[in-house]
Amino acid sequence: MKRDLTCVACPLGCAITVEYDETGVLSVTGNTCKRGDAYARSEIVNPTRSLATSVKVNGGIYPVVPVKSNKPIPKSMIFDCMKAINSVTVEAPVKLGQVIIPNILGTGADIVATNHD
Amino acid sequence: MIYDVAIIGAGVIGALTARELSRYKLRTVLLEAENDVAMGASKANSGIVHAGFDAVPGTLKANFNVKGAAIMKEFCEELDVPYKNNGSLVVAFCEDEIKTLKELYERGIKNGVPDMELLDREQLLAIEPNIAEEACGALLAKSAGIVCPYELTIAAAENAVANGVELIRNCAVTGIDCSDGVFHLSTTQGEIVSSYVINAAGTHSDEIARMIGDDSVHIKVRSGEYFVLDKAVGNLVSHTVFQCPTELGKGVLVTPTVDGNLLIGPTAAETEDRDNTATTLDGLKAVKTLATKSCKLVSTRNAITSFCGLRAHDTSQDFVLGPSKINEKFINAAGIESPGLSSAPAIAKYLSYLVTNAFDDLEANESFNGKREGIFHFRNATDEERAAAIARNPAYGRIICRCETITEGEIVDAIRAPGGARDVDGVKRRTRAGMGRCQGGFCGSKVVEILARELGVEMNEITKFGKGSRILFDKTK
Amino acid sequence: MLNYDLVVVGGGPAGMAAALKAKECGVEKIIILERAQTLGGILEQCIHTGFGLHYFGEELSGPEYADRFIVEVEKTDIDVKCDTMVLDISECNLVTAVNKIDGFLKIQAKAVVLAMGCRERPRGALEMAGTRASGIMTAGTAQKYVNLDGYMPGKKVVILGSGDIGLIMARRMTLEGAEVKVVCEIMPYSGGLTRNIVQCLDDFGIPLRLSTTVIETHGTQRLEGVTIAKVDDRLQPIPGTEEYIECDTLMLSVGLIPENELTKNVGIAIDRVTNGAVVDEMRQTDHQGIFACGNVLHVHDLVDYVTLESQLAGQGAAEYILGTAPKETVYVNTVTGNGVRYLVPQRVNVKNPNDVKLYFRVGRIFKNARVVLECDGKTISSKKKVKLAPGEMENVVIPADVLAAMDENSSITVRVEE
Repeated sequence: MKRDLTCVACPLGCAITVEYDETGVLSVTGNTCKRGDAYARSEIVNPTRSLATSVKVNGGIYPVVPVKSNKPIPKSMIFDCMKAINSVTVEAPVKLGQVIIPNILGTGADIVATNHD
Repeated sequence: MIYDVAIIGAGVIGALTARELSRYKLRTVLLEAENDVAMGASKANSGIVHAGFDAVPGTLKANFNVKGAAIMKEFCEELDVPYKNNGSLVVAFCEDEIKTLKELYERGIKNGVPDMELLDREQLLAIEPNIAEEACGALLAKSAGIVCPYELTIAAAENAVANGVELIRNCAVTGIDCSDGVFHLSTTQGEIVSSYVINAAGTHSDEIARMIGDDSVHIKVRSGEYFVLDKAVGNLVSHTVFQCPTELGKGVLVTPTVDGNLLIGPTAAETEDRDNTATTLDGLKAVKTLATKSCKLVSTRNAITSFCGLRAHDTSQDFVLGPSKINEKFINAAGIESPGLSSAPAIAKYLSYLVTNAFDDLEANESFNGKREGIFHFRNATDEERAAAIARNPAYGRIICRCETITEGEIVDAIRAPGGARDVDGVKRRTRAGMGRCQGGFCGSKVVEILARELGVEMNEITKFGKGSRILFDKTK
Repeated sequence: MLNYDLVVVGGGPAGMAAALKAKECGVEKIIILERAQTLGGILEQCIHTGFGLHYFGEELSGPEYADRFIVEVEKTDIDVKCDTMVLDISECNLVTAVNKIDGFLKIQAKAVVLAMGCRERPRGALEMAGTRASGIMTAGTAQKYVNLDGYMPGKKVVILGSGDIGLIMARRMTLEGAEVKVVCEIMPYSGGLTRNIVQCLDDFGIPLRLSTTVIETHGTQRLEGVTIAKVDDRLQPIPGTEEYIECDTLMLSVGLIPENELTKNVGIAIDRVTNGAVVDEMRQTDHQGIFACGNVLHVHDLVDYVTLESQLAGQGAAEYILGTAPKETVYVNTVTGNGVRYLVPQRVNVKNPNDVKLYFRVGRIFKNARVVLECDGKTISSKKKVKLAPGEMENVVIPADVLAAMDENSSITVRVEE
């Protein structure tokens, strides 16, 4: 199998082509540095993303407070995590850094507040 | 209950007429199909008080224009609406057009226009140095002026309501039955019964007339597109600058507005859709090209917005004013295109006369107060006035619209006024919040918040201009 | 009337960094005037992460980045007035402001730092025909509705402009369940960071159409659709390429404009390219004692650089107030050479004893090019760059010893060599 990627390791944005099968990555081409190679491999094997969104608050200044995952989560689980976060309501006051959902969906990442409310 | 008078349409004609009628002990109702007054031609036109030399002598347009322009200033003062007597210029760019200027001058004399003067090139450039150098002469009319058309309408409606007129919005008339001697109006808000009807329904006035079997009104809708330019170029010209008129109208003008912006336009195109205020690429391009003929320095790079207005042109070429031939208690005020705004004060007085004259022993409304105090405008106030206003109400100390310096206090006033704003555009027209450079980018959401608070509804129930123009959908979570 | 050494107009990242730096340099009485209800500026609604990678070496959300500075400000005796709008700055640094509590405020300042940020370019500035339906808004307004007010401003969305805010909002709306149909960009390249194109568009299969714009909006009440079209080299729509796209929302991310109304009222010279003040290496404007930094000076893509620039302004203001600025001033203008759209600072006092970093943007995309700094006709540096894009701010340093050798007839030029 073959996939075309745009590298985000630096602003250059190299067009990388990765060949892979069930056993893993066979080749990486188009990258101009080692970081590009590493990026491409992780994108195929286990792509992860940071998630930032908001969660409903009761009794705060604003009706929602921003949250993020404190480490990247598997890309494939982003919408499941959104669903889990959107089903939660927290009570004010919320403190920056407060854990809202620990170990969300078993990903090992906590959902933490990134502002006060 | 039976109203004495039902006015269909709360544009400048309907609103000013309602106010005139509120001088008497009459039960008057003002019906508006939209969520606010001034939603048709009255909110989107050039805002010019024409001197009156354009119309053919002897027409209603000629007659009412000169009379209306003469009393406009007094009306604006009473209603606390900005008016400026800046004078107008019709500029000629060739010898043929100099002839046209002379014709216009002669016509003006016949129509009774005061204070006109034919200028040569040097005299013109002396008073308008930024005029294109190709200009070779101009007709100066000192009596012409500028006014904010929607503010005039809003102020008139507000004053009418304060003096006892009932304003019903979102009330479109769908049918009229007059078989038992009074008018039964079927509306989107239920039946309304009235002894007299004034048809001031703008682009729909022929449809309304036909509801009683009157087919004397024939409206052809003409659209006109404009650009509003930033205040930074608001003083490129000081007079309202016209080019020589053509068959389709007075052509593209360049004028300062009472708020200090520069307005250029309009185009003139016939349109089938009576409510279509969409701008077109071709139209905007035409405005751009035509306006630079008058003043080379005009550039749409300074545009902050563009808009399209609709004029209700009657195929008779004149206003249709007066009792219907079908039923004398049904009074038409139709085909009120330019110079409709200039004529409006005089038309309102005339319509009021037609109605009140028909009543015997009509009593004056003793509590009538024609003096309206408009919203406090922070941006125009002196430091002392500002300090006093904040002391009175701290909300005048909170700036919501940064570009135009509009305070929370003004927005609340606009909502709480009689016939006050119910939507974002309504707040904008009453206060100018959102009319500046950023066009509501910063203050739009705050205005939604204040409207929701004042009207006691959720933010997502607030609309831009009523009906289906909601701004927000559901809560995210 | 109040008296302060330093008045900082704006309490976003720029204003806070400038105030903190000035305090650190020994300025006593400092006040920050902020028009919003809290400090933090636009960062408060930028809840995505990616802030602080350069400055803190961490990936923070906007509110987190702001909070780092808010905490520091709270530790000092810097006065803060929020919900306060500055109306005017006089030629003698008398600042007039207004709020609900104090009413009118007149503050005499020794120095002023302008940090008012920028605003989004609205629809009116675009050549777009059509109706005035609801549902047409700037991406920043939409961002506020979603992230602060908690409301969805749309369900089927078209975004015009591929600046970073547009890209960020494409992802944000998608995460909250909206369908983002397409992002149109009138230029042949995106104005946003590559990272954002990948993580905000590619990740969610949102198409990016380059050299394409929205030419017309449809719908009389709520927006019902838009017509998009390809544009030619002169950015004019190409007849026959029109395409109707059904949507209820059009978000505009078509450029940011520094908010310099106050600046212009003082009579400060404005750079016609940046739309910000003309400044020297300490970010002092041509009006003595008035400094400018952050997005009011020129639009940045990374807040980290805003912080660094604002610290310079804070230091400059402090030196001005404390009288420790270089006694002598000999200004040399910086000149944009081939490919360079603008340079900040626009002039450098060569009597300044430190290295001076020049920030710049290129006018188009360059590949495998060199950034050349030339002073007095000599090449000072020539750095190889694999890629230069208008969306990414670049910099080049003039070493202190090069400056020391300059006089009023000297020249400083930055250009791109292909």
